[in-house]
Amino acid sequence: MSGSYIPLLVLFGVSIVNAIGMGIASHILNPRRPTPVKEMPYESGMIPLGDTRQRFSVKFYVVAISFIVFDLETVFLIPWAVNLQSLGWGVFGAVSLFVLLLALGLVYEWRKGGLEWE
Amino acid sequence: MGSSHIIGIEDGTAYFLVTSAKIAVMFGVVMITVAYTTLAERRVSAFIQDRLGPNRVGPMGLLQPIADGLKNLLKEETLPASASRLYFLLGPMLAMIPALVTFAVIPFAAPLPTPWGVVPMVIADVPIGVLYILALSSLGVYGVVIAGWASNNKYAFLGGLRASAQMISYEVGLGLSLIAVLMLAGNVTLTEIVSRQQQLGIWFALPLSLGFILFLICAFAETNRLPFDMPEAESELITGFHTEYSAMKFSMFFIAEYAHMLTASALMATLFFGGWDLPGTWDDMYMFQGQLISGFGANGAPIAATLTVWKSLATFLGFALKTGFFLFLYIWIRWTLPRFRYDQVMELGWKVIIPISLGYTMVLAATMLTLYEAGVEYGFTFGLVLSVVSGLCTLGFVFLLDKGGTIGGAASGKKVTFEQEIL
Repeated sequence: MSGSYIPLLVLFGVSIVNAIGMGIASHILNPRRPTPVKEMPYESGMIPLGDTRQRFSVKFYVVAISFIVFDLETVFLIPWAVNLQSLGWGVFGAVSLFVLLLALGLVYEWRKGGLEWE
Repeated sequence: MGSSHIIGIEDGTAYFLVTSAKIAVMFGVVMITVAYTTLAERRVSAFIQDRLGPNRVGPMGLLQPIADGLKNLLKEETLPASASRLYFLLGPMLAMIPALVTFAVIPFAAPLPTPWGVVPMVIADVPIGVLYILALSSLGVYGVVIAGWASNNKYAFLGGLRASAQMISYEVGLGLSLIAVLMLAGNVTLTEIVSRQQQLGIWFALPLSLGFILFLICAFAETNRLPFDMPEAESELITGFHTEYSAMKFSMFFIAEYAHMLTASALMATLFFGGWDLPGTWDDMYMFQGQLISGFGANGAPIAATLTVWKSLATFLGFALKTGFFLFLYIWIRWTLPRFRYDQVMELGWKVIIPISLGYTMVLAATMLTLYEAGVEYGFTFGLVLSVVSGLCTLGFVFLLDKGGTIGGAASGKKVTFEQEIL
């Protein structure tokens, strides 16, 4: 296989240079005439009240935690999926059990209302 | 015809030159395609809504993207006084970089013969293929979240939060729907996935129809396109996470969005529609014991593939057409479906996509193991049986969604009769 990671690194370099170059080019070329009103956060013309960075809904944390569980599940399933034929029925049973356990977890979360957004 | 030697890292200068050329061309092509997709979006939208769209700059408005780019480069940029300067700058860059490098592992044409050897038409044929794409697509969320946080604007902040929850939810679905492809291909390298589709004789879209539908839905949600454009939702959040961004930084978010669309379209074409493969077997070629072959003869001996420049060009055109179709589909759906409500988006992701893709994975695995056990070789019959099983699953899926009980409407969870509704 001629598979090599060097072209990927080069492409990363090109993209990063491109992104920074765009930033610098517009920084040099564009005019800057800031006024206090221009520098206000845009909230449809209203004067912003209070701070943005307050506490927010705990739902987002629940989603993040569930994401980690299920994303890891995907990662565990990939090696099995690639070697499906050689692993056979025995491993299929083990994977079914694993998926079933996680599905039970999902059902539990569902029943407890962790997936509800009002 | 040159030698049939495949140019690899051990060739030194030749490899270096070929790879640099490929990177330069691909980067240029991606940027130009992105620019013209923005124009296509506006023209197609106009066509769908029965108006003209931008047609003043150049013939048929063809120079419009250049005018837009120049305008954004020369416009004044605003930076809110309360924003975090560093993260405000970092946001658009983090959104754009992963969007541009994902394309590198997608094979875009049949290997090209040159006098110096065979050039594989993919920038980096890395053995981790699909995993690389999954990893980079999850990086895309950082740009959005950081931009939303750094702006210190309530709408931007909400947009960033919504984006993070939505994108990570659908990433699970995306990964799970890919499992089906990996099971059938038995490999994670994208060139191998293309060659396995040639060997099967049917593109994976049929044997894995439900997988394709789930992937399509998740890809739309991952790219934040309608009907999943919750992070932007202009009628609710101004423009969401990039409310505070103007001029070139806004452009960078735009480039990122369209580059993601392009990559997702190319991925759908590669994973489910044969990549650069054209219907028929005349263009088939894949690696077998280090040699490019076009199939096996009647006695089971491999037949060496004949490579021509024309084949490479035709397959590239096929790939471009398939990708272009999915790009068009993105725009088409944007003007066909209304936006979901946020709770519906999350319900679709967690209560429909994830359980269904899990179940579907297990059904497919059982079917494939049974087929292997019954001695059915990987080939046309194998694909046909899988197509039937997947078709039934797809029918069930459509039936389930059509019942309407899964994604709640305004009266979610309650049975509402017609009389109650009009009262």
